[in-house]
Amino acid sequence: MNKPNLKASDFKSDLTPIWCPGCGDFHVLMSITRALAATGRPPEQVAAISGIGCSSRIPAYTNCYGFHGVHGRALPVAAGLKVARPDLTVLALSGDGDGFSIGGNHFLHACRRNIDMTYIVMDNRVYGMTKGQPSPTTEPDWDSALSPGGTGLSPFHPLVIALASGANFVAREFSGDIKGCTATIAEAIRHPGFSFVEILSPCVTFRPDEREWKGKVHKASVPETDDPARAARRIMTDDGMNTGILYRGKRRPYHTSVSDEAGDIAALETRFEI
Amino acid sequence: MLRALNYRKLVLEYMIWVNRQIHHAGGSRMADTRSARENVSFAVVGTGGKGAITAGAILLEAAGKGGWHGLLTRSVGPQIRGGEAAALVRLATKPAFTMARDFNILVALDWKNADRFISAMPVARGGLVIADPASGSAPRAVQEASCTIAEVPIAALAKEIGGGRENMVAVGLVARLVGLEEEAVMEVIAARLGRKGRAAVDSGRACLEAGMEAAEALVPAFPLAPAPERDSPRWLITGNEAMGLGLLRGGIRFAAAYPITPATDLLEYLAPALSRIGGALLQAEDELASINMALGASFGGRPSVTATSGPGLALMMESLGLAAASETPVVVVDVMRVGPSTGIATKSEQSDLNIAVHGFHGDAPHVVLAPLGVADCLFVGQWAVHLAESLQTPVIVLSDQSIGQARVVIDRPADMQFLTRRKAFRATGEPYLRYALTADGVSPMAIPGQPGGQYTADGLTHAQSGAPSSAAKDQSEQMAKRARKIELFDFGDYWGEIEGPEEAETVILTWGSMAGAAREALGGDTRLIALRLISPLPVGQIQPALKGAKRVLLVEQNASGQLYRHIRAHMDLPGEVRQLNREGPDLIGPQEIAATLRDWSPA
Ligand SMILES: Cc1ncc(C[n+]2csc(CCOP(=O)(O)OP(=O)(O)O)c2C)c(N)n1
Ligand code: SF4
Ligand SMILES: [Mg+2]
Repeated sequence: MNKPNLKASDFKSDLTPIWCPGCGDFHVLMSITRALAATGRPPEQVAAISGIGCSSRIPAYTNCYGFHGVHGRALPVAAGLKVARPDLTVLALSGDGDGFSIGGNHFLHACRRNIDMTYIVMDNRVYGMTKGQPSPTTEPDWDSALSPGGTGLSPFHPLVIALASGANFVAREFSGDIKGCTATIAEAIRHPGFSFVEILSPCVTFRPDEREWKGKVHKASVPETDDPARAARRIMTDDGMNTGILYRGKRRPYHTSVSDEAGDIAALETRFEI
Repeated sequence: MLRALNYRKLVLEYMIWVNRQIHHAGGSRMADTRSARENVSFAVVGTGGKGAITAGAILLEAAGKGGWHGLLTRSVGPQIRGGEAAALVRLATKPAFTMARDFNILVALDWKNADRFISAMPVARGGLVIADPASGSAPRAVQEASCTIAEVPIAALAKEIGGGRENMVAVGLVARLVGLEEEAVMEVIAARLGRKGRAAVDSGRACLEAGMEAAEALVPAFPLAPAPERDSPRWLITGNEAMGLGLLRGGIRFAAAYPITPATDLLEYLAPALSRIGGALLQAEDELASINMALGASFGGRPSVTATSGPGLALMMESLGLAAASETPVVVVDVMRVGPSTGIATKSEQSDLNIAVHGFHGDAPHVVLAPLGVADCLFVGQWAVHLAESLQTPVIVLSDQSIGQARVVIDRPADMQFLTRRKAFRATGEPYLRYALTADGVSPMAIPGQPGGQYTADGLTHAQSGAPSSAAKDQSEQMAKRARKIELFDFGDYWGEIEGPEEAETVILTWGSMAGAAREALGGDTRLIALRLISPLPVGQIQPALKGAKRVLLVEQNASGQLYRHIRAHMDLPGEVRQLNREGPDLIGPQEIAATLRDWSPA
């Protein structure tokens, strides 16, 4: 049941976000509400599920049904909801710490499972909410109080991992490009199966250097592909600032149906009768 | 029927040989041939894959069809395949709650690895051991027991029959020794082997007959007393199956699953059953996921469950706190096993009471239940869903391996009806307050899809609307509301069972599965109080039930006396109090409880 003429404002709640002025997540919120308006699902038929972090605060700032769970577990909550209620549009929302560190295992299995939902990770390459610790996507030499001199660890490559694990739609966007984000999120929602959108979303407070992303990002120079090997090669060799839809696959989504009326429960007894 | 004739001749030859091989150990005479018994217990052991457990299951089912009661537990070694396996079976004329302490009949398909496990199935005085001489001599524990050892070439008998299986010969041996009718046993075998075709059924019959004939030389051995008239339909069911059915009756439509012994069979029961009734089961990547999947589905309006054992429950604790704070209904069944850590996965203990009651961080009122036996799993499963949905709270059910994996003949339990309904949201045009402060503490819950009901379920402290808040007032009001909904709820008469005289000087106080052993230990002037509702502790019901008590014995299967401490945190106990408790896997049995009471005679 889609409604025409929905506006982005129909998807906004009247809560004021707690974010720092200039935080990239403001733009992500704006893009999500615009994309939802474009898909035509009314807000009560959309559920936004998140974990913990600055970015994970988004659900309450929308006028959709929301579930702000515990750190790292947005994806399993979203999976349970979508399997139980296939009629809903389900968005899962995380930060890079939430999605790739504490929730990293769920990320792999959500890609494998390919349930029809959209997973948006606001990647600021830092733990914003806990005030500036390195995350799995942080550069190895980024200095911080918790890891002086840097972690020395190789950064996690979410897009390649999503591809290798079976995600059906893979894209990268930059929060400042609201038009691009809106279009890609809307496509991700429309595409069946598990859609993954990494949004580079600067943390202006703990990563002020990320303000420079604006000048570094650029649209992917080649069109999207449905060949995962080719997409993986491109993503592995690009500069990490390449935006747009990078892969759109054809895997069949996970299928279940849960009916509103329970079947014949009394009939389950017969196997125990002697 | 040339083949059949040949094999009959063979059996005759063996029979003579069987007779010659009988010898007497420990000074006992021939196998005990006293008159009919109210209880007969037997064990069938063999290398895994030989079908010892199937043999026990067939015999139990045949006895159940014949009107007897009974109980089967499995004992399996740590190896996944090829390890030893044993079916322990007790047949009885009355309902059986606990496994026998020792066994009248022990059939060994082979003695491989027997030294490792034979102590778990001691042969009763005057018992009968049947073993295949081809597998070597009996372990010392058996040779030294005062029992009769009869050698029957089980493998050779099976081999003579095309497609013959040793375990089916064992079925025939035991059936004859306890007095089950061939046709009753055959009916069960045919139902099991039917889909494998006619030849399989025929060879099953041939094995059964071979076993029965081979046992001829040993009878009468342990004949069961006639079964009492059946007054209600009977079920053959495990605790895990009964729990699963109860959950479905309660309204469960979604389950999330991560395998763990001894809860896996509950999840494996639910998978096809849910798809049959139009629900779904989702296999998770771990228990962190399974509990959150259940929360997601429940948020979506579907009553949801997950099942696990101690290690999995420990992983779920943070998210159970989320369920409490966000007021999302969910049922978690913990089929307890020996802990801590990986412990002994296949054996029972009642040692997760502490984590279930106290394991949440913060103050998180919730409900903890424990089924009082296999049949009660059905009720508790259904009740748990009712409570979770009515109170919008997590409910933890503490079942355990000793009942979850016991297969038992029970009277069909009475149907229960609960008016299970979440307090529903209806759009009024006013702003919706998901966490509205209501008199009973339960607030109307909107379901995604309902226009005007949009809210964000949150584990953050929140205002009535659900909006995050760090105000002391919101924390206090919401805390009080969540406590109130559980404090004010009427749990009715379901909190526990009281058996025995109205007033008694001696009271056994126990919980969960231990109720079975306590019930069998009850003497004339002893009273039993068995708790099904663990948290909130039903102090107002326990106190009057203890009226007149001078001696209170607390019985539980854990090392530290977890129920005892839980009770003492809430109330005083009258008179002299003693504890009978220890860790698993050595289960506290009725004899031990009775002996403890006997030795505690009033001065
Ligand atoms: C189990 C648990 N561990 C740790 C925390 C503390 N914590 C809160 S948010 C967060 C990291 C958030 O980082 P990210 O997901 O990148 O989100 P951001 O704030 O950067 O948007 C951590 C570690 C927590 N809430 N729960
Ligand atoms: S700390 Fe960083 S991520 Fe968090 S709100 Fe501020 S700018 Fe945004
Ligand atoms: Mg981050």
